[in-house]
Amino acid sequence: MSKVPAELKYAKSHEWVRVEDDGTITVGISDHAQGALGDLVYVEAPEVGESYGAGDAAAVVESVKAASDIYCPVAGEVVESHESLADEPEHVNEDPYGEGWIFRLRPEKPEDVDGLMDAAAYQKLLEDE
Amino acid sequence: MGNRTPLYDQHVALGARMVDFGGWDMPVNYGSQIEEHHKVRQAAGVFDVSHMTVVDVEGPGVKTFLRRLLSNDIAKMKQPGRALYGCMLDEQGGVIDDLITYWRAEDRYRLVVNAATRDKDLAWIRARADEAEGVTVSEQADTTMLAVQGPKARERVAGLLPEAHREAALAIKPFGCGDFDDIFLARTGYTGEDGFEMVLPADDVVSFWQGLMEADVAPIGLGARDTLRLEAGLNLYGTDMDESVTPLESGLGWTVAWEPEDRDFIGRKALAAKKAGGVAWKFVGLILEGRGVLRSHQAVVCDGGEGEVTSGSYSPTLERSIGLARVPKNCGETVEVEIRKRRVPAKVVKPPFVRQGEIKVTV
Repeated sequence: MSKVPAELKYAKSHEWVRVEDDGTITVGISDHAQGALGDLVYVEAPEVGESYGAGDAAAVVESVKAASDIYCPVAGEVVESHESLADEPEHVNEDPYGEGWIFRLRPEKPEDVDGLMDAAAYQKLLEDE
Repeated sequence: MGNRTPLYDQHVALGARMVDFGGWDMPVNYGSQIEEHHKVRQAAGVFDVSHMTVVDVEGPGVKTFLRRLLSNDIAKMKQPGRALYGCMLDEQGGVIDDLITYWRAEDRYRLVVNAATRDKDLAWIRARADEAEGVTVSEQADTTMLAVQGPKARERVAGLLPEAHREAALAIKPFGCGDFDDIFLARTGYTGEDGFEMVLPADDVVSFWQGLMEADVAPIGLGARDTLRLEAGLNLYGTDMDESVTPLESGLGWTVAWEPEDRDFIGRKALAAKKAGGVAWKFVGLILEGRGVLRSHQAVVCDGGEGEVTSGSYSPTLERSIGLARVPKNCGETVEVEIRKRRVPAKVVKPPFVRQGEIKVTV
C-alpha cells in the first residue's frame, strides 16, 4: 500500500502539499506517484521567482521510461527549488514526502490550499483508480 | 483486460507492475527497473516474451519462399541449427517487421516476429505463401517463449534441462539453435548479453519458470528489456524503423543481402534505386552530454540540417542518457538535441554502447 500521510493535502494529479509555518507550501509527488513512475533518473525543478497558475506544469520528472509533468497545485510564486534533485533524483523514489520534495511556493491565495483533497479523499481516489 | 500469458499469475505473485503491451498484460518491472537491468548485465535474468509470435514455415518450397520474403538471404546459413536476423520488406522497401529466422531441419524454418505487428505480419506472410508453391505457414499459438539472458544464463538454463540434453545445449554456438524434445533453444537475444531464447509448450512453462527462480535467475520486466536493447544498439520496431523507412536509413543496411544479384527479394528494386540515388541519412548512437533524457521524436540539430531521435532512454550502465537517431549523412561528431525547447549537446557514436557487460563507447 502507498503511504498517504494524514497531515498533507493532495491534488488529483498526485502532488502533495505541506503548509509551512511561514505560509509557504512545499510540493512533491505522492508515494503512489513515485511508485507508478518507477526509477526516476532526472528531475527538472522550476526556477525561483517563476509564477504559475493552478494546474500549470511547473516541473518535470523523468523515469527511465518517460517524462512526466508535475503540476502546480495552487497558483503562486516559486520561492525555493530543490535543485540537488537534478543529481539525486532517487530521493523522490526513496523519500517522496521528505528529501524528495520538489519546490516551495508562496500561494497567491492561501485559502486555495483548502480546496485540495485531504488524506482520506486522496486515499479514496487511489482505491478507485 | 488484455491477453494473458500462462505466466500471468507468476508475475502478479512476484509483485510485477503489469501494463498493456500490444494488447497483452505484461510485466514492466517487478520493483526497480534499474536493478533488473544490472542483474542481466551481471548474472542472469528471465523475460516472459510469450507475447511474441512464433510462426513455423515448412515444406519443399520453403527455401525459395523465404529467399523471396526476406531481404537477408537464408542461404547464408550453411546447415540446420543456425539463425539469421533480418527484415521483411514491402515492395517500396519499407520495413514490415524485423525478425529472426531459425533453420531447424532441411525444410523446416521458424520465424519469430513482433507482438504488435502480429496480424499484419501473418497476413503478409500467408498472402506471399499463397503465391508460392510447397509452403505451409502455421502460427504456434500454444507455445510460450522465454528469454534468459546474462553471463550466467546458459549454464543456469542447462541445469534445468534433462541431463541427456545439457551438453548439446551448451554446445550451441552464438546465433545457433536446436530442438531438445519439445523445447526449442536458440542462442539469440535482445540485450547484448549471452543467453538463450526458448520456445516451450504452454503446459510446461510455469514449472520451468519456477525452476529458473530457484536457480537464481531474476525475473526481468519489459522496461529493462528496452534499456538493455538500447545499450546494445539494437533497433526497436515501430520506433527505430517501420514501413515509412528502409533498412538503409535505419542502421540495418548490413541485413540486406545484395549477393547473389539474381535473388529477387521483395523490395529489392526500390532499395537498389535508393542506394543508387544516395541515402541522405545515417543512423547513429547519441550520448547526451548535458542534463535531461533523450526520447523518441526529439529534434537533432547539426551543421548539415535536422534529424530525429528514434529511441532514447537513460542508460543504467553508462549512468547517462543515450539514444539512437536518424541524422543527415554529413552530420559531425557533436549535435544538439531539443529537449523541451532547450538545446542540449550530445556526442555522436557508433552503437553498441554496451556489449557483454563492457562499455564500448568513450563517454
